[in-house]
Amino acid sequence: MSDTATLRAGTPQKRRSRGIPERRLAVYMVAPSVALIALVALWPIIYAIWLSLHEYSLRQAGLSRWAEPAGLGNYTDALWGDESADFWSATRVTFIFTIASVILETIIGLAMALAMHSAFKGQGLLRTVVLVPWAVLTVVTAIMWRTIFDPNLGFVNSLLGTNTVWLGEEPQALMVMIFADVWKTAPFMALLLLAGLQVIPGEIYEAAKVDGANMWQRFRKITLPLLMPALLVALIFRTLDALRAFDLPKVLTNGANDTTTLSLLAQRTFQENRLYGEGSALSILTFIIVMIVSFGYIRLVGGNIRGMTEE
Amino acid sequence: MEAASVSQPTQAKRRKKSGAVGSEPRTPWWLWLAVAAIVIFCLLPFYWLINISLKTGADLSGSDIVPPSPSFDNYTSIFENANFTKALRNSAIVSLVTTLLGIVVGSFAAYALARLQMRGKGILLAIVLSITTFPQIAIAAPLFRLWADVGIYDTLIGLVIPYLTFALPLSIYILVSFFREIPKDLEEAALVDGATHFEAFRKVVVPLAAPGLATTAILTFIAAWNEFLLATTLTSSPSARTTPVAISQFTGSSQFEVPLGTQSAASVVISIPLIILVLLFQKRIVAGLTAGAVKG
Repeated sequence: MSDTATLRAGTPQKRRSRGIPERRLAVYMVAPSVALIALVALWPIIYAIWLSLHEYSLRQAGLSRWAEPAGLGNYTDALWGDESADFWSATRVTFIFTIASVILETIIGLAMALAMHSAFKGQGLLRTVVLVPWAVLTVVTAIMWRTIFDPNLGFVNSLLGTNTVWLGEEPQALMVMIFADVWKTAPFMALLLLAGLQVIPGEIYEAAKVDGANMWQRFRKITLPLLMPALLVALIFRTLDALRAFDLPKVLTNGANDTTTLSLLAQRTFQENRLYGEGSALSILTFIIVMIVSFGYIRLVGGNIRGMTEE
Repeated sequence: MEAASVSQPTQAKRRKKSGAVGSEPRTPWWLWLAVAAIVIFCLLPFYWLINISLKTGADLSGSDIVPPSPSFDNYTSIFENANFTKALRNSAIVSLVTTLLGIVVGSFAAYALARLQMRGKGILLAIVLSITTFPQIAIAAPLFRLWADVGIYDTLIGLVIPYLTFALPLSIYILVSFFREIPKDLEEAALVDGATHFEAFRKVVVPLAAPGLATTAILTFIAAWNEFLLATTLTSSPSARTTPVAISQFTGSSQFEVPLGTQSAASVVISIPLIILVLLFQKRIVAGLTAGAVKG
């Protein structure tokens, strides 16, 4: 690649400097990153595909590294075979979690951003406060919400006058998980959206005011459309992040009471149960689902993504 | 709105003094309410964690808003726990090494992508960006076996290597946007004076991009400090376990008791470095998080 790049005639060399030619230097500077990413991301994924096409039983894995080729057996098992109930349940949980938390985060994040944007006093302080949930570790977030929803130690039951074991019941456990995620990431959303709001020129609002547009009209016709690029970027980041949720369910409930996400199911299958083939197949399926969703987003908002990668 | 109040500071002040209600927007009551709601939403849960961490014995069965008999026993007990202090050290080492490697290697690539002539830049940047969306689980499963074969399962280096899958793309992505903001003239001047491109990078661009490098370092450090899936999958003993894993595996006096008191204390302790970072570098962090995200 480097040779073709340097040999390619066409763009005239405007300046000549000593040292390595520019294009070759560029390749040298990019090469370590590309090599490392290939080593630590691509190679394991290819190995995961290989693993997923083989069958490891508990007994074999303990004795030797030899594995039986299994074709697509692990995939058909997961999709419509013995393990399909687990897979589809985890898929459902993952999507409910993703959709609910991303919608709530967007609404709350937008409200927070609008408030922060209007409050000219103490905006710096607010930004610091808002960064606290973002900086708190996900594992700590899970422990935090466990203490808050704890039937004895938490304040939720005394606040609502209920007597619920929140993490011990079926829809409630997933609700707590969504709540914890919203707390942790709505502020991140708010910061991204605040940055988007701050680049909208104030004159547009003044002009709209002069024309008699009320607050709602100004929000609908000016703020929302101009905020769209920032909003879409935030949505993509958050959606793809929520789809791979692992830390929260692992620490909150360890997947009990209908909170097993795809990542958690895959991890449990290959680590706790040592079913490497099946676990890898589940990992690859998770990977494929995330890729499909991100391609969907890119199709939807292609222009904005391109804007991010180009000058 | 802001621009208006900045450009006419004296007028605005005068108006405020005379108490006249002009077109100048005043902070209405509902905005204060919204601000208060944001502060409570963000800080109350963390307060609750501190509250629980100061409770011991009988206090740990009630939902008092303030611990009736506050004690630091939970804190002393976690620092007497060798597994926890070891985990803190492991986390610090892994996060610092990951950050350093990510920044050094990533800044080279970022400079080439931001400034040098090269084919396929857009595609390369798109690939880098798409790596950040990879579900970690697809890497964790194969590495769980690979590392055992290679002999670096349950070691710190076995964590640093896969951490580069997020540290490198993060560094590259943020640094590209920072490097692009540096005026080209300064590099051009250095090149005219006979510097090579690499010298221009090292002696002109890197010093100018110091704030960007600091931002990138903070964000990478936080991401590594926070990482849980790979850490829990690729370690099996206290020798390489990081703090998130150690905390999640705390056990109480009996196997069935969840030790919320000590877990809360440990959670507060490992959050403190991050909260200090946030307090000190709030502006930088926000700049890094929003780098590239907001472009018309």
